[in-house]
Amino acid sequence: MSRNLFKTKKYATSKVYRSRPSELKGTEEEKPIVPQGIMTKCPNCGSVIYTKLLMKNRKICECGYYFKISAYERLAMILDEDSFIETDHQLTTRDPLNFPGYADKLVKTQTETGLIDGLVTGKGTIFGMPTYIGVMDASFFMGSMGTAIGEKLTRMFEKATDERLPVIIYTASGGARMQEGIFSLMQMAKVSAAAAKHSDAGLLYITVLTNPTTGGVTASFAMLGDIILAEPGALIGFAGPRVIEQTIGQKLPEGFQRSEFLLEHGFVDKIVTRDKQKDTLGLLLKLHNKEAKQLSSASLMTEPKPDSEDNADED
Amino acid sequence: MELTPWEKVKLARMPIRPTGLDYIELIFEEFIELHGDRLYSEDRAIVGGSAFFDKTPVTIIAQQKGRNTKENIARNFSMPHPEGYRKALRLMKQAEKFHRPVICFIDTPGAFCGIGAEERGQGEAIATNLAQMMMLRTPIISVIISEGGSGGALALGVADRVYMLEHAIYSILSPEGFASILYKDASKAEAAANDMKLTAQDLLQFGVIDGIISEPPGGAHTDYDFIMRQVRDIIRTDLKELMSMPVDEMLEKRYMKFRKFS
Repeated sequence: MSRNLFKTKKYATSKVYRSRPSELKGTEEEKPIVPQGIMTKCPNCGSVIYTKLLMKNRKICECGYYFKISAYERLAMILDEDSFIETDHQLTTRDPLNFPGYADKLVKTQTETGLIDGLVTGKGTIFGMPTYIGVMDASFFMGSMGTAIGEKLTRMFEKATDERLPVIIYTASGGARMQEGIFSLMQMAKVSAAAAKHSDAGLLYITVLTNPTTGGVTASFAMLGDIILAEPGALIGFAGPRVIEQTIGQKLPEGFQRSEFLLEHGFVDKIVTRDKQKDTLGLLLKLHNKEAKQLSSASLMTEPKPDSEDNADED
Repeated sequence: MELTPWEKVKLARMPIRPTGLDYIELIFEEFIELHGDRLYSEDRAIVGGSAFFDKTPVTIIAQQKGRNTKENIARNFSMPHPEGYRKALRLMKQAEKFHRPVICFIDTPGAFCGIGAEERGQGEAIATNLAQMMMLRTPIISVIISEGGSGGALALGVADRVYMLEHAIYSILSPEGFASILYKDASKAEAAANDMKLTAQDLLQFGVIDGIISEPPGGAHTDYDFIMRQVRDIIRTDLKELMSMPVDEMLEKRYMKFRKFS
């Protein structure tokens, strides 16, 4: 495996990274702090931020801009420390159409991003409650879904159904992977089917839509959550804004297809800022916990729990 | 008739080809059209209703292209809005309730891209159809009669049996859209059509479809009787098989049919 495989995203990953700790440690030893990573410039307001501080602020600039976040950073932010066990890490595509230039571009992107494809799946805990979790990474082919992502998601749903566990998916995707053609289209049906079976078994599925979530991902598992959360300001839609503008021959209004627009139109349950996501997911898991249901009504009445969630920012 | 993929694309889009309503009229008896999604409106890009096939009541859902500009405007060029997919699902759930098989005729460039479609949740409507069709406890047969464009086609294509006419196409996106994304040039659609593997012959090989319905020499439009006979025969054989299969077994097979693509 390439030596610089993890160079762009080594900061926050070590804590959750149980499946390949030796590799990660190796990277850290070989490549200590890279000077150019100390400061980061915000593309929105232009201010230069101390990277460590930015990380501490969950990659949100003071101006409110949400920096893109890698799958492993996301997992570190959401899951309990050291709880993550990755599944199907090595799963990759077989390039089913033998599409011109695709195999080379895959290798190049794998080397550049340190990812095998645009999704990390596994099992972990949130405040001690076990869950399956899948996080898409838009730095890999725009997070587009081909056979690798479809298969990993399907396996995750199937495992979660067998083990009677919830599923949380963070989406970040431009849609279907064009280079895998009809096979990508079939993943939409395949993953939706696995999600439907999981749902049929009475299990909880939560999606968290992040920027961007469009195309075949929106038109399949992203919109099938029992509960659909979104990060503020994320682009969420079926057709991309440029395609719509071309089709209808007019400019789209400001805020069209953003999270707030979807909330207003009834397609998102709640917009949750990055700093509140772990608490919110924790609460939702707790609300759907079988053991919680068995509590007597008396104990529920006598023991009001301090609410960990703060709704002030968006409701 | 040997055609290149691009020639098939052009043939599949020809307005003289038989449309959804032609199949409904020539294959089924006593069709009654049922309108509306009971949520927002009626979408004329999708025709739905019930009829008899032989003596069996069935539910039919068909994407409908127009023959001329006026019809096409009324049918929105067979590009459904969310309400079209929701109407389709409503009628499929009705079919499930009354143990009627569902027959879908697919013919669309894709789900419509526009402001209203986004506001009313095009993605959600398609996603829900995919999940619900997979669990629908009654047989589903889908036939791609001309153009099967993207998620807008798949939303009627999660079926126990999927067929394509010999010169129909089925793809992740239109060749023009594909070319503009991957080759940054929409005029390279012909090259895209080659690379995309969108013909019935390719898709049968991949196992995406269960069979090819052969067209008369010259194409489906040259002999309606011929093509209707082919489609009728296939539906008859499949319905007999599917309706005698235990529902759970049918659903497991439907799941595995799509599960296998990796």
